[in-house]
Amino acid sequence: MDLLNYAFMQRALLAAVLVGVTAPAVGVYLVQRRQALMGDGIGHVAMTGVGLGFLLSASPVWMATAVSVLGAVLMELIRWYGRTRGDIALAMLFYGGMAGGVMFINLAPGGSSATLTSYLFGSLSTVSPSDVTAICLLAAFVVLVTLGLRRQLFAVGQDEEFARVTGLPVRALNLLTAVTAAVTVTVAMRVVGLLLVSALMVVPVAAAQQLGRSFAATFAIAVALGVTVAVGGTVTSYYQDVPPGATIVLLTIAAFVALTALSAPLARRRARAAAAAAPAGDPAGRAIPAGRTAPDEVGA
Amino acid sequence: MSEPVVALRGVSAELGARPVLRGIDLTVCRGQVVALLGANGSGKSTAVRSAIGQVPVSAGAVELFGVPVRRFRDWRRVGYVPQRTTAATGVPATVTEIVASGRLSRTGFRRFCRADHAAVRRALELVGLADRAGDPVGALSGGQHQRVLIARALAAEPELLIMDEPMAGVDLAHQEVLAETLRDQVASGTTVLLVLHELGPLEPLIDRAVVLRDGRVVHDGPPPTAAGRPALPGHDPAHPSPAGALGAGASHHCLDPQAGTEPLRTGLPS
Repeated sequence: MDLLNYAFMQRALLAAVLVGVTAPAVGVYLVQRRQALMGDGIGHVAMTGVGLGFLLSASPVWMATAVSVLGAVLMELIRWYGRTRGDIALAMLFYGGMAGGVMFINLAPGGSSATLTSYLFGSLSTVSPSDVTAICLLAAFVVLVTLGLRRQLFAVGQDEEFARVTGLPVRALNLLTAVTAAVTVTVAMRVVGLLLVSALMVVPVAAAQQLGRSFAATFAIAVALGVTVAVGGTVTSYYQDVPPGATIVLLTIAAFVALTALSAPLARRRARAAAAAAPAGDPAGRAIPAGRTAPDEVGA
Repeated sequence: MSEPVVALRGVSAELGARPVLRGIDLTVCRGQVVALLGANGSGKSTAVRSAIGQVPVSAGAVELFGVPVRRFRDWRRVGYVPQRTTAATGVPATVTEIVASGRLSRTGFRRFCRADHAAVRRALELVGLADRAGDPVGALSGGQHQRVLIARALAAEPELLIMDEPMAGVDLAHQEVLAETLRDQVASGTTVLLVLHELGPLEPLIDRAVVLRDGRVVHDGPPPTAAGRPALPGHDPAHPSPAGALGAGASHHCLDPQAGTEPLRTGLPS
């Protein structure tokens, strides 16, 4: 393990572990809400933050955090109020964020679009000691939210209206989810890169769904898988001299394919067992209500 | 006189530009079981959803336990069973995980204690799903899924159950199971407001039926009997029976439940 002799690799590996934990931990809630691509949107918006960081000579990580949190809150507000043209508003936010990033970084002294590349696709050698501090703090916040509020976030993602009737502050929890996703994007930015962040939020969860029967198990498998591919990808990237972001994402997709292939026979066996256990019921749980009569019979 | 548990007074509501409720009055007294009947699109679901503050009301007043619903915070007293539409989300979840989320109206942000886990288990036993506690909901039948949603509402041990078509998709045998569960709840003093498409096995439990048509109450009184289906008041468009003419006025007042041992079991308090 000669790679551990290098300080930059120690930092990169620590960052990779934190990314591997946080990205799927948030992703599982996003997938549950069918907002799988939210991380991608935030990644685009965060580019403006990186650009601003260079322009104002501030830390790109903290600047990206600020801007992407703002963007995530804006997205959540659009989801509440802008029902009609929400998709157009989101598109403008995404591409405005990307264009803003390119514009600001080119305005920054000595900056060019090439400077952005390490942020877009991840880079091992550029994780600075101050980045590590930021990443640790942000990751702690993400873990605290995703584990500490797991029941509440689960309930909101499962059935928003029911969650409101239990008296949970659903809007605040949705905002918190968006903010947590934004923070995760900046945690992952240095290692995986902004354009590939979303993959690490979504693909491990999709893979874990193949095996998990419960939400808790899916969560745990997704995080374990996230850490494995993030560390595996970082190490591979060191030895093969390839970009870590791309390596990690390709590894994740390979894991997804492998787990899907592996779980197909498992799912068939479970389906048979379930069918045997409930011979009278409709197996998929979405058959036409059997007890229902024509609309204008009684009760009509 | 005791406070009505649910009170809608002159409530109107629109979905988009379409008026769905046109000034309905609906009162449910403590311990009563009230069925809301009506054709598809008559406003039943909107009426119950407005009762729990999930539909903005354009006119009228909505109260839960005597408190305007916008200011109502004591959600542990209410168990809500929505119409089963969100069958599965993107991520697998077990029966227990879903039912436990119903307990959040009591726990809020605190950790689950032993009593909370026990309440979740009890709710599962009440609907006869204790043996499926660890199964993913995706593997359940429609009727079993419906029972999960009912257990979720029961997990908070509510005083008021609001159920939107709880029998939809449940086969007759399981309807009996659910009717049995509901009977136990009612016997222990739970108030029930439920949307039904037909009375079915629940019929003996129903104290009062409120029939909606085009967003108006056309009947408020004793439930139509199975044999008397065609005679359902307000069913014949030629003889519309306006609310109020059928004792709707009387049902807007609630007797004190302490006044008698079983004051409300017989339908309309008289």
